Amino acid sequence: MEHTVVSASKFNAWFGDNHVVKDVSMKIEKNQVVAVMGPSGCGKTTFLRCINRMHELIPGATAKGSLKLYDDEVYTMNPIYVRYKIGMVFQRPNPFPNLSIYDNVIAGYKLNGLRVPKAELDTIVQKSLTSAALWNEVKDSLHKKGTFLSGGQQQRLCIARAIAMEPEVILFDEPTSALDPISTSSVEQLFHELKANYTLIIVTHNMQQAARVSDKTAFFYVGELVEFDDTKQMFTAPADIRTQNYITGRFS
Amino acid sequence: MDARLGLRNTKSILFKAVIIFFAFVITIPLIIVLLYIIKQGVMQVNWHFLTHIPAPEGETGGGIANALVGSVIIVAMSSIVAIPVGMLAGIYLSENPGTRLAYWSGLCVDILQGVPSIVVGIVVYFWIVKPIGFSAVSGSIALAIMMLPIVIRSTEQTLLLLPPSLKEAALSLGVPYHRVILKVIVPCGFAGILSGIILSIARIIGETAPLLFTALGSNLFSTNITKPMESLPHLIFTYATSPYDDQHDLAWGASFILLMFVLLLNIFTKLITRKWNIQL
Amino acid sequence: MLFNAFSFLLSAFSSDTHRYMTVKNKRLDLSYSQMKWETIFRRILITMSVIMLLIVIGVLITLIVQSMPSIKTLGIGYLWGKVWDPVNNIYGAWPFLIGTLLTSFTALIISIPFSYAIAIYLGEYNPKGWLSNLLKNTIELIAAVPSIIYGFWALFVLVPIVRNFEMKIHVAPYGVGIFSASLVLAVMIIPYAASLGTSLIRMVPSPLKEGAYALGATRFEVIRSVILPYTRSGLFAGILLSLGRALGETMAVTVLIGNTSTIAPKFLDLFFGPGNTMASVIANEFAEADHTLYLSALIELGLVLFFVTVIINLIGKRIITRYSK
Repeated sequence: MEHTVVSASKFNAWFGDNHVVKDVSMKIEKNQVVAVMGPSGCGKTTFLRCINRMHELIPGATAKGSLKLYDDEVYTMNPIYVRYKIGMVFQRPNPFPNLSIYDNVIAGYKLNGLRVPKAELDTIVQKSLTSAALWNEVKDSLHKKGTFLSGGQQQRLCIARAIAMEPEVILFDEPTSALDPISTSSVEQLFHELKANYTLIIVTHNMQQAARVSDKTAFFYVGELVEFDDTKQMFTAPADIRTQNYITGRFS
Repeated sequence: MDARLGLRNTKSILFKAVIIFFAFVITIPLIIVLLYIIKQGVMQVNWHFLTHIPAPEGETGGGIANALVGSVIIVAMSSIVAIPVGMLAGIYLSENPGTRLAYWSGLCVDILQGVPSIVVGIVVYFWIVKPIGFSAVSGSIALAIMMLPIVIRSTEQTLLLLPPSLKEAALSLGVPYHRVILKVIVPCGFAGILSGIILSIARIIGETAPLLFTALGSNLFSTNITKPMESLPHLIFTYATSPYDDQHDLAWGASFILLMFVLLLNIFTKLITRKWNIQL
Repeated sequence: MLFNAFSFLLSAFSSDTHRYMTVKNKRLDLSYSQMKWETIFRRILITMSVIMLLIVIGVLITLIVQSMPSIKTLGIGYLWGKVWDPVNNIYGAWPFLIGTLLTSFTALIISIPFSYAIAIYLGEYNPKGWLSNLLKNTIELIAAVPSIIYGFWALFVLVPIVRNFEMKIHVAPYGVGIFSASLVLAVMIIPYAASLGTSLIRMVPSPLKEGAYALGATRFEVIRSVILPYTRSGLFAGILLSLGRALGETMAVTVLIGNTSTIAPKFLDLFFGPGNTMASVIANEFAEADHTLYLSALIELGLVLFFVTVIINLIGKRIITRYSK
C-alpha cells in the first residue's frame, strides 16, 4: 500500500523579500526516489532545506504554507525532532574532523546526548556502514579519524551518519557534484539499495543522474514546480514546454 | 644610461643591506637581556630558593616560595574567571557578527585591550580593595580584566575560520544549537582557542602594575586569598629597587624563573598551533 | 525489552503513519528539553557580551567619579600646572605630561627605523623560510618578555652605561631618567609596529609590484614607489599602536625614570635627567596619597591616560579594519 510520506501544499519560501519558492504542491510516496532538478536559482535547494527546517536557520528566511511529514505539519513540530526523522546529506562531504569514523556514524546520538547501550551502538554502526556500502572498507579502522578517506568514501560516511538516525526520509543536496565519476556511480548504486527502507529526495544539477536513479522527477523553474511526473514519462514526453526546453538543453 | 642603471642598482643593493642591518641588529638587545638574566638568575635557583620565603632585610638566604605560590594562585583565579567569560563572549561575537551588541561589545574589547595596566589596577582598587581590603582576589580580578580581550579575540577569530558546513552537518542531525557550539564548533577550534588562552596567561603572569594596589605583596607565606599575596613580578619590582644586595639576588632568581616560564608558554603555544591544528 | 515488544504489536495494528510516533517517544521528550537549554545558552552568550560593556562603562565611571574632587577644585588649569607639591597641596600635571610625551615620542622615533626595517624584510625581501621564521619568533619574544624584567635589567646594566655617557657629554650623571627610559621603551614597542607592518606589506597585490618591475624598476624603487605608498596609512596605524603601548607602559618606566616631579629648565638637563610620566607617578605615589585631593589628582591622571590611549588605539584599529576591506 502506498502512503504519502511528504506532502507540500501551496508552499512558499522567502529570503527576506526575495520570493524563491512559489506555491509548490506535491506528494511524495513512501520508498520512492524523487529527483528534483532545475537550473541554478530555481528554488530546488531552498525547497529541500524547508523539508527538514534547515531553511529557517538563515537570518531573514521565512516560509509559509503546508508541508507535512505523514499527517503532521512539519512547521508545527519540534524542529529538532523533524531533523531526527528527516536526514540530510550535503553537497560537500562534511564528516566531523575531530571524531573517529565510529563516532561520526553515531554522531546523531552522541552529540545529542542520547543514551544508547554500547552493544546497540556497535550494531547501529555496522548496519549503517553496511547500508552505505562502506563497512568492508573501514571495518578495521573504525576508531581512526576519517581524514584518510577519499571523497566518495567520506560522502558514504555522511550517508551512514544520516541512516544511523533511522529517519523516514533522506534528503540529498547535489550529493555527487563534488565527487569523481567512480565515487558518483557508487553513491548512485546506493540509492537503489536505500529506497527499500527509506524515501529519498535528491536535488541534482545533473539531468542524466535524475534519469538514472529516480522513480519520479520534479522540475523546478524560477521558484515554481513546473512538472512532477514519473521519470520515464518526464524524459520522453514532458507535458510542459519549459521542461522540454530544459531537457533538450535550451538552457541549463 | 648604463651609468644611471648602475647607480640605481647600487642604491637597491645598499638599501637591502641597510634594511637587513636594522632588522637583525634589534635581536642583539634581546639576546643580551636574555643571557644576562639567565647568567644572574640561574645561580640563585636551588631547592632552598624555591621553598623558603625571603629573609628579613639585611640577612642573607631566603627564597621566593611565597611569590611562586602567590603567582600560581592569583593567575589560577584570574583564569577561572576570564577563560569561560572570554570564550563565551568570543563565541557570541563569532556567531552574531552583524548585531548591535556585537558591534558595541567588540568595541569594548578593543578599548580594554588598549587600557594601561596601571589604570586597571587603580579602578579595581576602588571596586574591590576599598570594600574588602588588599587581597589576592582583587589582584586576580584586575588581571582577569586584562586577560579577557586576548581570550575573546582569539576565540572569535578561530571560530570565524571554521567552515560553515561543520555547523550545517551537526544541525541537520537534530543537534540543538548549544550542543553544536559546545560539542562540534569549539572542539574543532580547540587549537586556536587554547593558544589564545595560553598567550593570555603568559601575558599576565608578568604584569606588575595591576597588582601594585590590589594584591600588594607580602614577606610572609600565605594562601589566604582575602589577604595580600606576593607574586613574582611584584617581588622583582620591590627587590630590584631596594638597597640590599641579597634582595637583588632574589630578584635575579625570580626574574630567571619568570622569564623561563613565559618563554616555555610561548614555545608551547607555537607547538600546539603546529601540531594540533585539526585538518579541515 | 517489554517496551519494544509492545510497540511491535502496536505497529502491527496501527498504520505506518503513527508507527514512528510511539516507538520513538523517548526522543520527542528529549528534543523538547533541548529547546529549553538552547534558549538558556543563547541568553548566557548575550550576558557575557554585555559584561564587556559593563566593565568598560564601569572603568570610565569609576575614573570620572574619583577624579571629580580634583576636577572641581583644580579645574582645567591642573593640566598645565607646573608645580607638583603634594606636601603643600599644590598639584600640577605638566611635569608628567612632558615626561610622558618626551619618553613616548623619543621611544617612537628610535623604534621606527627598526620596525620598518623588520616589516620590509619580513614582508617583502624574505617572507618565508627558516631565517624569516627565526626573526619573526625573535620579535614576538621581545614582546613576550615582561616589562618589569626589562626595567630590572636596564637598571643594573643600561643605567651605568648611560651614566658614563652622560659624564662624557657633561650632563649631570644620574643614569636614570627620561633618556634611559626612552631607550628601553623603544625596544619594547618595536614588535607592535613591526608585526602589523609585516602583514600589511605582505598584502600588497602582486600585480602592482609586477607592473613596476616590468617597467624596469629596481627592488628598492618598487619598495619606495609602490609598496610604501600603498601601505602608508596602515604603517601609520602601526605607529599609533606602538605609541599607545608606549604611553601606557608603567613598570619599566617607573624603575628607570628616577621619580622626580619637577621640570628642569634646560632641555638637556630635562632630557637626560630624572622625571616622571603619568603612569610612573601614579605607580610611585598612589600608595602614599593620604588625602582626597592628592588621590583624586592622581586618578585624574589615570583618566587622561585612559582617554589618550583608548583614542589612539581605536584610531589605529579603525585604519587597520579599513585595510582588510
